Amino acid sequence: MAESAKSSASIPPVSLARRLTDVLVTASAAGAVLLVLLPLIAIFAYLVYKGIGSINWAFLTQIPKPVGESGGGMANAIGGSVYILLIASGLGVPIGIGAGIYLSEYGRNRFGNLIRFTADVLNGVPSIIVGIVAYGLVVLTQGHFSALAGGVALAIMMIPTISRTSEEMLLLVPQAIREAAYGLGVARWRTTLSITLKTASSGVITGVMLAFARVAGETAPLLFTAFGNQYWNWKLNQPTAALSLQIFNYAISPFDEWHRQAWAGALILIILIVLSISAVRMAASRGMLKGAS
Amino acid sequence: MGVGIQVEKLNAWFGKTQALYDISINVMANHATAVIGPSGCGKSTFVRCLNRMHEVIPEARAAGRVRIGEIDVYNGTSAVQVRRRIGMVFQKPNPFPTMSIYDNVAAGLKLNGFRNRKQLDEIVHRSLTYAALFDEVKDTMHKKSGASLSGGQQQRLCIARALAVEPEVLLMDEPCSALDPISTGKIEELIFQLKEKFTIVIVTHNMQQASRVAEFTGFFLLGKLIEFDKTEKIFTTPSDKRTEDYITGRFG
Repeated sequence: MAESAKSSASIPPVSLARRLTDVLVTASAAGAVLLVLLPLIAIFAYLVYKGIGSINWAFLTQIPKPVGESGGGMANAIGGSVYILLIASGLGVPIGIGAGIYLSEYGRNRFGNLIRFTADVLNGVPSIIVGIVAYGLVVLTQGHFSALAGGVALAIMMIPTISRTSEEMLLLVPQAIREAAYGLGVARWRTTLSITLKTASSGVITGVMLAFARVAGETAPLLFTAFGNQYWNWKLNQPTAALSLQIFNYAISPFDEWHRQAWAGALILIILIVLSISAVRMAASRGMLKGAS
Repeated sequence: MGVGIQVEKLNAWFGKTQALYDISINVMANHATAVIGPSGCGKSTFVRCLNRMHEVIPEARAAGRVRIGEIDVYNGTSAVQVRRRIGMVFQKPNPFPTMSIYDNVAAGLKLNGFRNRKQLDEIVHRSLTYAALFDEVKDTMHKKSGASLSGGQQQRLCIARALAVEPEVLLMDEPCSALDPISTGKIEELIFQLKEKFTIVIVTHNMQQASRVAEFTGFFLLGKLIEFDKTEKIFTTPSDKRTEDYITGRFG
C-alpha cells in the first residue's frame, strides 16, 4: 500500500486544463455523432408522420385507381421495385465482384489502373445519364421501355461501387492466407474463390449493400427505362412500375390524395431497403464461427 | 514415406536482384535438415523454391534442377502438383480465419475435391493427433474458428493442415520464431516424430534448435551455400571459416 502511494505521488496530478480538454473533446465527438444521426432520424420520423396514415391493406395490395377515383394502392410499384432491383442485383453483383477480384488478384498493372480510373469516373456519372445510356442500349434495341432496361441502368450504377469496395476488401486479406492455400496444392482460382473471397466476405457484402441501398431509391435512371406502369407487369420487355417513379409522379400531381400516397410510398421504400439489408446481414452472420475474425 | 531431395545449380531472383547462386544440395529422405544463416541470406527463398512458392511473388523466378523423389519440380510438373506432395509450414501461423478447426485441417483435401466424409473425419483426427493438438481441440473443433486458438496451437494446427494432404516432404520456414519456449518445445518434439514418415527441411534462426532437431545442416550466406554437412560436424568442426564465425557468434 505504502509503495503504491509513493509511486502515485511521484506522478504529477492531472491538471485541470487537461481534464477540461478531455471532457470537451469527448463531448464534441459525441456531438458530431448526434449531428450525423439527426438528419437520418428526422427524415425517418417525418416520413412516418406523413406516410403512416395512408398505409393500409389496400395500399399494399391494390394497384392505382384511375384519376378521380379515391383509394387504390401501390402494390404494382412495390412489386416492380423488387423486380427491377432483383434484375439489377443479378447483373450488377456478379459483374462487380468479378471486377473486384480481377483488380485485387490480377490487376496490379496499367490495365488495372485504367479500370480503376474508369470505375471511379463511372461512380461520378450523374444517374440521369446512366438512364440515357440504358435507354440507348436496351430500350432502343428492344423497341420498348422495359423492366430489363431499368435493371440494366441500376446495375451500371452498382458495378463501380461493388468492384471498388470488393477490391479493397480482398486486398485486406493477408498474403499469408493465400500462401497457406497455395502451399496445400490448391489452384489459384480455387484459392481466390474459396479462401480469399470467403475471408473477405463480410466486407464484400457491405459493399454490395451500399450499392444496393444507393440504387434502390433512384428515380432518374428509371424515368425512360422502366418508365412506370399503372398495372402489374412481370415481363422483362414491358414497362414496369417502380416505387420511386410512382412517388415522383404522385408528388408532382395536383391531387392531395396522391400526395399522401407518395408519402406512404416513400416510407414503404425506406422500410424495404432497411429490411433487405438486415435480412442479408442476418443470413451472412448465421454461418459465423466463434472467434472468427 | 519421405523421399529425398536433390538440388542442382539452383538460382533464384527477385526482379533483377539475384537471391540464390548455384545451390546444390542433397537432402536425405526421412531425416531433418536444417538451413541456417543470417537474415537475408536466402534460406527462406531456398525452401520456397523447393515447392515453387517462390514464383508466387510478382517478378520472382527461379532456375535450376530440383528433384523430389521421382518428380522433377521445374520440368514437366505443375506448381499445384508439386505443392500437393510437399507440405509447408510458415513463419507466422496462418490458419484460415473463416473456417472451423476441423475445416482448416480438411481444407487441403476438400478444396481439391475430396468428399468422402468418413475418411475425412479419420484423416482430420489422425492429423490433429500427429500434430499433438487433438486432445486440446477435440470438443470444439467444429464450432471454433482456427483463428481463436493461441499462437502455438495455431502453428500446430497449420502443421496438422499440412500433414492432412499426406505430403512426402515437409518444409518448415522458421516455424517457431513467433512462439514461446513451451510451444517451441512441443513443435520440436513433433519434428522428431514426424521424421519417421516425412523428410523435413527446416529453416531456423536458432542454432540450438538446428542442433537439437536436425541430422544435417546447411549454412547459407549472401545467397550461397557455404557448407553442408552433418549437424554435429557443422557445430563442432566446421571446415569453412565463415561457418565458424557465424556459429560462434562473431557476426550475424
